[in-house]
Amino acid sequence: MFAEWQYIILFVALSPIFPLAPVVVNRLLGPHRPNPIKQQTYECGIETVGDTWVQFKVQYYIFALIFVIFDVEAVFLFPIAAAYGQLGLFAVFEVALFVILLAVALGYAWSRGVLEWV
Amino acid sequence: MNLNDLLYQIFGNQPWVDLVANVISIFAISTFCLLVVIFLIWLERKVIARIQDRIGPNRVGGRYGLLQTVADVLKLLTKEQITPSGADYLIYNIAPILTVMAALLVWAVMPFAPGLIGVDLNVGMFFILAVSSVSVVTVLLAGWGSNNKYALLGGFRAVAQLVSYEVPMILAVLIPIILARTMSTVGIIEAQTVPFIFMAPIAAVIFLISALAETGRTPFDLLEADSEIVAGFHIEYSGMKFGMFFLAEFIGTLFMSGLFAVVFLGGWNVPIINLILSFFSVAPINFTEMGVLGTVLGLLVFFFKMFLIYMVFIWIRGTWPRVRVDQILNFNWKLLVPIILIMILVVSVLDKVIPPGTNELVRASLHFASNILIAFIALEVLRRSGRRRRMLEEESEAELGEPEPAAHDLAEAVHAH
Repeated sequence: MFAEWQYIILFVALSPIFPLAPVVVNRLLGPHRPNPIKQQTYECGIETVGDTWVQFKVQYYIFALIFVIFDVEAVFLFPIAAAYGQLGLFAVFEVALFVILLAVALGYAWSRGVLEWV
Repeated sequence: MNLNDLLYQIFGNQPWVDLVANVISIFAISTFCLLVVIFLIWLERKVIARIQDRIGPNRVGGRYGLLQTVADVLKLLTKEQITPSGADYLIYNIAPILTVMAALLVWAVMPFAPGLIGVDLNVGMFFILAVSSVSVVTVLLAGWGSNNKYALLGGFRAVAQLVSYEVPMILAVLIPIILARTMSTVGIIEAQTVPFIFMAPIAAVIFLISALAETGRTPFDLLEADSEIVAGFHIEYSGMKFGMFFLAEFIGTLFMSGLFAVVFLGGWNVPIINLILSFFSVAPINFTEMGVLGTVLGLLVFFFKMFLIYMVFIWIRGTWPRVRVDQILNFNWKLLVPIILIMILVVSVLDKVIPPGTNELVRASLHFASNILIAFIALEVLRRSGRRRRMLEEESEAELGEPEPAAHDLAEAVHAH
């Protein structure tokens, strides 16, 4: 079983080669003459005002939170799906209950107006 | 027949044979990905040009501009790599590397043909979903590390969009897994006596839509919208670092079309031809038992299906306008996610009523009928809510009366006064 994962580990170890090679070749072939004006932040020719790393809209955060709930749900549903043939009728109720609970959570978020983009 | 057996025959039972075979196969898969992108970019430019009534690349490399992308790559290789001032050096440089790594790594479990697969993990689909979510992180890294407001906006949009559309994609993939009873990619191919696109058409459509959004292609290309935030998260990248984002996007799109072919169209198998053959009581075509010939034919069948879906992606890109951010999120959370949740319930119940092993055609047609029913109900609900909203808008407009003359009256009154 772990023999399969050796391949994945090897792939992870070797895969940086493929993006690094072109970047390194580019570095060797291309010119390298930095100057302050060239390195300015590119904002359509206008000098950048203030700090870039500002506070961002909280809405993005809320969507990320809802996503986490559903992602965790998926983690639980995948093993159930793979072993579905060996599970009895009880599993059907369990899956149904689980999915409905999450649907209720989504409905709650919907009714609270969280899903509206403002 | 696979590579390990061949090497064992030549070199005997040496311990390093497995390692060498693995390294060769990793290099083969990755090189295929890098080279096919050159062809994909040419194909995309040419097809989109034809859709938009243009000619497309036609100078470099003969009449059809076949070497246009090669020339572009060579040009990118000789460009200067500029690091913007104030950029977070580590994050800025690691993002293009990571994004290509993630795009390549998912190909490890992609079944090309019988015996032609990196490794057949028993959790293959799970592995794909886990690795492909890394690409969201790399987009945010690039946006955050560039010290540029446009890049940061692109990163934010990416988080909202990619993260949201991952939910319907994961849940859409769940339905074929319930039907096939396995997470292995090869297992899913072999389980398809009837292609899953007929047994779960709604899941297939939702998967296609969210695959478009996940790879950031039109109509969901908000995170790199040229006309709004210049180029989004990769605005500050130049030379081959920019090329790496481009590369990863194309590899990712091809992977998504390949995954669609595997999960919903039967991969290297020819299930529909086999079904027709079974009516005439002819033995089904099984590429797995045909040795080298089977591998070649299976590869051709798989490539045909993969590029068919890729052409659909190009077609969509050539014809559809970009969608607004609130529309994207509404469409996802208020339509795709509820429908796919209902579909999971329906499939899990229906699958217990008629387990696999009963007549496959009866099973497939029942699943198909349930899908059609759900789609009809969903469209009907949409139609009614749309009509209600329109009527409310008309009513509120009627109550307000005509706002334009009112303002005119007011102005006149002020003037008279």
